[in-house]
Amino acid sequence: MRAGIETAAMDVLMVRLFDTIEESNMAWIIAADRALRDAFGKTLIDLVPSYTTLMVHYDCRVLAHGEAHRRIRETLENLQPADTQAGQRHEIPVWYDESVGPELQRVSERAGIAIETLIRRHCNHDYCVFALGFAPGYGFMGLVEEALATPRLETPRRKVAAGSVGIAGRQTAIYPLPSPGGWNILGRTAVPLFEHARRGDPLLKPGDRVRFLSISRDEFEAQGGDTTPLEERP
Amino acid sequence: MNGTGAEGLRVIQAGPLAMIEDGGRVGVRHLGVTQSGGADWVSLYWANWLLGNALDSAALEIVVGGGLTLEAERTTRLALVGADLDARLDDAPLVPGMSFVVREGQRLVFRQPRDGLRSYLAFPGGLEAPVVLGSRSTTPRERLGGLHGDGQPLKAGDRLSWSGEPVGGRRIPAGLLPPMPRPGCRLALVPGAQIAEFTGASLYAAFNSDWRVDDRADRMGVRLRGPRLQCNLESMISEGIPLGAVQVPPDGQPIVLLNDRQTIGGYPRLGALTPLAAARLAQCLPGHEVRLVAVSRERAVADYRWSMQNFSDSGPGSR
Repeated sequence: MRAGIETAAMDVLMVRLFDTIEESNMAWIIAADRALRDAFGKTLIDLVPSYTTLMVHYDCRVLAHGEAHRRIRETLENLQPADTQAGQRHEIPVWYDESVGPELQRVSERAGIAIETLIRRHCNHDYCVFALGFAPGYGFMGLVEEALATPRLETPRRKVAAGSVGIAGRQTAIYPLPSPGGWNILGRTAVPLFEHARRGDPLLKPGDRVRFLSISRDEFEAQGGDTTPLEERP
Repeated sequence: MNGTGAEGLRVIQAGPLAMIEDGGRVGVRHLGVTQSGGADWVSLYWANWLLGNALDSAALEIVVGGGLTLEAERTTRLALVGADLDARLDDAPLVPGMSFVVREGQRLVFRQPRDGLRSYLAFPGGLEAPVVLGSRSTTPRERLGGLHGDGQPLKAGDRLSWSGEPVGGRRIPAGLLPPMPRPGCRLALVPGAQIAEFTGASLYAAFNSDWRVDDRADRMGVRLRGPRLQCNLESMISEGIPLGAVQVPPDGQPIVLLNDRQTIGGYPRLGALTPLAAARLAQCLPGHEVRLVAVSRERAVADYRWSMQNFSDSGPGSR
């Protein structure tokens, strides 16, 4: 595996495997994540995989830069892609409704389709989890079909409710916690993503697959969902 | 959590922001969980060192002060290191940089910043609080850590407790405790991979201008105001962000990312402040002027190792 190894900080190296976001990256990112964890062992402070990179933060009190660099090079030389079928597949029930998904209209109008069609098409794909970030348990997923791609809101909301499901560009995600955010919100899920993350075992992991299921308000409430409208309009 | 019901310190008035912080969350950033921990970790470590604690023990990070009032329910020894927040023990001024005895019924008040921004109050053995993802550090945005484990800062009525025994008589050897940053203080930066994407004029400006700490400064990041920096990259695919990363969004005004930063992000970066420089920046109030100084990775690591060595070399019967 060819890779760039760049300086990110005094004790941090950025391993760059790819230049573009592709689902096929994930087999290599996952394999590199496992192999680098093994190679660094206790000298590893943190390892942050993302779409195309892995950030390696090592303990510079016990490991010299040259040695860290060598471990990365040797790890990547022998790397084989992971079996992507090993990732989990999740079905996430979502209540799509304008009260909790105020951008159903914006996204459907841009795509020139009915809201019902938008919902059906958002649910009609197994999305790949590319990376975790932004908040504990927040998974960046994609790729949303080109026709539904919608840029972020010009002015982010000060508060997006927990469980909100949104689109930005060709990515889709679920907010585990109430937080500021600029994604186009389509609906809400009752799946407790934050609780999983808080225990150190996030529901969504890089390489996992996610399928959204459209459910009724009654089903959403039965699952413990909060029907409080997302009132604040940006 | 506490279980012993031992008396400790009662929060009479909370002030604008006081939170439990320790060495931070390690090994969880791949979950999207931020590093957290004491933003001026050097002061946090010295505060713990004064009591003979593990250096990364949970202490109180007091920002600004603003009337934070704590009342002792038993006599104990505490240590205060970091900013001078015009602290008083009853009516007596309390100078940071040393340990001191608080007697039952006495009140500690932190009034306002006179030098620096954050002060660290350490407790024998470290503060008791639930360990969440390996740390007691408070991260309000993530609802993690702190006294109740839910990310809330201290509030009136909270009670702080600890169960260790302090080591008395420790003094920080002269010259080892860094002073609070002066105007124009130099912040060491290790250049990063995108540095070549900035224009020559911008690179000159980055390292030869006074940068002013903006009002938008907190534990997530500190925005610097100065000449507009231009980068040939507008944005990148999001990737991991190290502590101290100096990212430059399209408006050309750098943001230095600190302990509560997001774990990944997509703005190009000049590089990253060293951990020592990040700790200094965390003590700068809005309006403070700083300079960025490029240093080699080797120099930065040597300085870091030296500063860590000080903790183990110092003091009576060093630990």
